[in-house]
Amino acid sequence: MLLFLEQCLNGLQFGLLLFLLAAGLTLVFGIMDLVNLAHGSLYMVGAYFAATFVALTDSFLLGAVLALGATVVVGMAVEVVALRRLYGRDHLDHVLGTFGLILFFNEAVRIVWGPAGLTLRLPDWLSTSVRVLPGLDYPTYRIAIIVTALAVALFLYVLVMRTRIGMLIRAGASNREMTGALGINIGLLYTLVFGLGAALAALAGLMQAPIQTVQIGMGENILILAFVVIIIGGIGSIRGAFIAAIMVGLIDTIGRAFLPDLLRLVLSSRGASTVAPALSSMLIYLVMAIVLVVRPAGLFPVSSK
Amino acid sequence: MTLTPRSLVVAGLLVFLALVPAYVAATGNAFLMTLFTRIIILAIAATSLNLILGYGGMVSFGHAVYLGVGGYAVGILAYEGVASGFAQWPVAIGVSALLALIVGALSLRARGVYFIMITLAFAQLVYYFGVGLDRYGADDGLTVYRRSQFGELINLSNRTVFYYLCLLLLIGTIYLVWRLINSRFGLVVQGARSNDRRMRAIGFPTYRYRLTCFVVAGAICGLAGALLANHTGFISPATMHWTRSGDLIVMVVLGGMASSFGPLIGAVTLLVLEELLPVLIRLLASGFVEPQVAVKVSEYWQIVLGPLFLLVVLFARGGINGLLEGMRRG
Repeated sequence: MLLFLEQCLNGLQFGLLLFLLAAGLTLVFGIMDLVNLAHGSLYMVGAYFAATFVALTDSFLLGAVLALGATVVVGMAVEVVALRRLYGRDHLDHVLGTFGLILFFNEAVRIVWGPAGLTLRLPDWLSTSVRVLPGLDYPTYRIAIIVTALAVALFLYVLVMRTRIGMLIRAGASNREMTGALGINIGLLYTLVFGLGAALAALAGLMQAPIQTVQIGMGENILILAFVVIIIGGIGSIRGAFIAAIMVGLIDTIGRAFLPDLLRLVLSSRGASTVAPALSSMLIYLVMAIVLVVRPAGLFPVSSK
Repeated sequence: MTLTPRSLVVAGLLVFLALVPAYVAATGNAFLMTLFTRIIILAIAATSLNLILGYGGMVSFGHAVYLGVGGYAVGILAYEGVASGFAQWPVAIGVSALLALIVGALSLRARGVYFIMITLAFAQLVYYFGVGLDRYGADDGLTVYRRSQFGELINLSNRTVFYYLCLLLLIGTIYLVWRLINSRFGLVVQGARSNDRRMRAIGFPTYRYRLTCFVVAGAICGLAGALLANHTGFISPATMHWTRSGDLIVMVVLGGMASSFGPLIGAVTLLVLEELLPVLIRLLASGFVEPQVAVKVSEYWQIVLGPLFLLVVLFARGGINGLLEGMRRG
């Protein structure tokens, strides 16, 4: 039971991480109508910046803030140089152009940081654990991720629903010409939204960095998971992304934790240890297929687009 | 038939492809034969993708899956002792068609970007299924020791014979797709691309037409997969990786969507570019820096290739085919 609870917490943490990525994707898609495959590259770049800046400054928080800023600059630069020209084009163009950007980023990272992965060491004050329940110690860092991501989710909600900027974002999403005609600088707004998306991706990347190795291509598999999240949640809906992300995180983590034991009942233990990870990776896509059969536009479709 | 720059390029390309084995026999450059067999097989796959992507407007981001499924059909049957190509190839085509039917039936309910992402997600599903195939090598893949046996009919172990068979199948595929898109069926599918609602309003059940088109494309790509497994003697989940699907899309768009020979031109261009770019960069760089450094620099050829895709998207919408057509118009 304690193990199950712990895995639920892990799932929640992974789901919230996915939410940060998916929120950026869905914002950019909902507002600019842009399919950005290179979103995972920003996640990767964020993690690389974090590993570098933390090592340079010797402070986790300062390094994280610097990495966040640097990724936002990179993201906005990409938007101004390349992606801006893709708005209003066919989705196929977005796929192809941003696919090219992935190759570019992977190679650029290889040139700057070399082919070997980096590690990001946690400071001592984060590598402790907290007693969540009697008998259940949970790493402080993972709790920090959960708290940060929840705070960001709240911040996003307030930003989009309660501020003037958020009002402009929503207006831009529903009718870009009209918003432009009312004197809003749409180009600037788009760049800012893209920067916000880049910041969310970088935050996800740098928070994941101490848990996994920072390596080339780290953004690609998790990007596809983020796609699954926004498909399940309904493209363009941040609320849908939030719920779907937690769902996917829980299913994935709990599947990974308990499927091997379940399979061992029917398979040899070697067989189970090969099949289980693959099967638990498939689980999410199965869930997605089922959701699509029942609701083709996702759980929380954004009406009229 | 008038001589346009485009028909000249296509004719030249076909003559060149037909002469590759002769050149290889004369010079003994076996690598060229391997490279061009691969190019032709992937051109078959790209042509099948063009059928749904170019003509049908269905942007499938998981087409490489059928390459993998066709390949695994050959690999698994060979592993289990069924070496006959008369069994292997129909199974490869049949299983791919079946998978395309399932994926298509579910994803064609969706539109636009949903369709792109759903096909991508299904491709991931099948990819992980391949990773979980414990008995057949899982992540490491499966070696296919013997090429498909066709008795006395044809000997695939002969590289030249195999090359010409692939070339023949490519031309057959291009012809089949051309016939399909010019038939009533093809016109309905293209009509559904331009305006699905209007097609339905005049009484065409477009879903069924589009699904059939999707299945045909999957089946052809399954055949290409069977060829690929025979060619490389190896099949692994990496064949189905989503970046491979991306490569297929690049071939189609680079060559020119909704054109008969576009996917072939795209496949040749992309794969030859992948071989040539490192060499070109090395030559270019050796003019400025030490030779060792130039070799090092040429390892980073993808940093040129990626932005190239972006440039094609931005400035050459019709791909190479479109550029050639534009030349005629002046």
